[in-house]
Amino acid sequence: MRTIPTQRITEAVAALCIEANLRLPADVQAALDAAADAEPWPLAKTTLHFLQDNLTAAAAQDLPICQDTGMACVFVQLGTDVHIEGDFEAAVHEGVRRGYGEGYLRKSIVADPLRRQNTGDNTPAAITVHLVPGEGCRITVAPKGFGSENMSQVRMLKPADGVEGFKQFVLDVVKQAGSNPCPPIVLGIGVGGSFDKVAALAKQALLRPLDVPNPDPFYARLEAELLAEINALGIGPQGFGGKTTCLGLAIEQMPTHVAGLPASVNVSCHATRRASAEL
Amino acid sequence: MEHTLTTTCTAADLAALRAGDTVLLSGVMYTARDAAHKRMIEALSAGQPLPFELDGSAIYYVGPTPERPGQVIGSAGPTTSGRMDAYSPALLDLGNKVMIGKGQRSNAVKDAVVRNGAVYLAALGGAGALMAQSVKSLEVIAWPDLGCEAVRRLEVENMPLTVILDAHGGDLYQSGPAAYLAAREKA
Repeated sequence: MRTIPTQRITEAVAALCIEANLRLPADVQAALDAAADAEPWPLAKTTLHFLQDNLTAAAAQDLPICQDTGMACVFVQLGTDVHIEGDFEAAVHEGVRRGYGEGYLRKSIVADPLRRQNTGDNTPAAITVHLVPGEGCRITVAPKGFGSENMSQVRMLKPADGVEGFKQFVLDVVKQAGSNPCPPIVLGIGVGGSFDKVAALAKQALLRPLDVPNPDPFYARLEAELLAEINALGIGPQGFGGKTTCLGLAIEQMPTHVAGLPASVNVSCHATRRASAEL
Repeated sequence: MEHTLTTTCTAADLAALRAGDTVLLSGVMYTARDAAHKRMIEALSAGQPLPFELDGSAIYYVGPTPERPGQVIGSAGPTTSGRMDAYSPALLDLGNKVMIGKGQRSNAVKDAVVRNGAVYLAALGGAGALMAQSVKSLEVIAWPDLGCEAVRRLEVENMPLTVILDAHGGDLYQSGPAAYLAAREKA
């Protein structure tokens, strides 16, 4: 049994909120650089160069990559042999409060969805805990902007819709989103489970690095096909037209009911942000 | 085509813009998002004055991050313009000339742009650090209780923008992808 004081969790979350908002993950930057090199359409290429310049400007001046520093989505892989000394969730919220304050990040959370009073400190965080064997504690902060979040969808497909119906749903989501989610986009896609689980799968899929395919060859192939089909739509960077509509996507699947084919697409943008630490 | 414009430009200057052109814009603009738009429309219907002169104005849909000490502004890219669609036609009819944001607009907004000889320009979505470089001064002029959504007066220099909706009915979100797909087809 290993004991982790809540203070350590708070400090880690605060640092990760700032790191995630100021530095793009290496795999997303690599995908953006590769897309800029490969883009044949002049306005699209210029636009991708602007997005690269943005990362340079953010690093040079300690500015957030995007002004929508997001809802703080915090994922914790917690070993079952870990004892947390104190209130775990309160420690995570306190980390978000500190990180968004000390990091000069935007406070974008309202306390109630219908009455809409800003909480002033970007809390509460959206916390997801997965229990795993052992004594580890891995924390990932993935700030999520809502320009792209608003374009996400869940659809309860029919089993008869099959692979083609599933792919068509994903393409429809991308077409309907168009220029709104700041393309080039990144997609987290869920398939299977239940109404609630499939949405969580899509969010989880956004945590997978863009250069890591699904371990199941069937889904890895599906990921490659969908990426190619999305990048044939012509939406292009910022929706101005061009080849580069999507930088990468990940599908996460799980068993489901004989009568169902739940599917979900969590839309993210070229500023897909995440940072992790092992405590 | 690239244009260098100021926010005090004439109707003829705006009429020369076409969807797909790039603009380096300098001058004064005002920030407003959903909450500020709602209050402006409420003020208008109550016969109260607005925080800024609407006639000839440029409005930037942005909620910047807080500025660090010594910085003019934090990260300052555009928010999704579609959320302002319910309010924009009324503001355009009262003289708002330039809207700056990102993402597609409703047919009602497109019609109001044409009717009033206005333009809708896109800033670079998700590129808040880059957009911040062209902001030279910032002053909160109304509704500070709205936090990042308060109305700010910005002075900008050579802000890089792209024409989406022009006064002649052009829409880059339709013509841009169509032109790319046609060129690919030909190749």
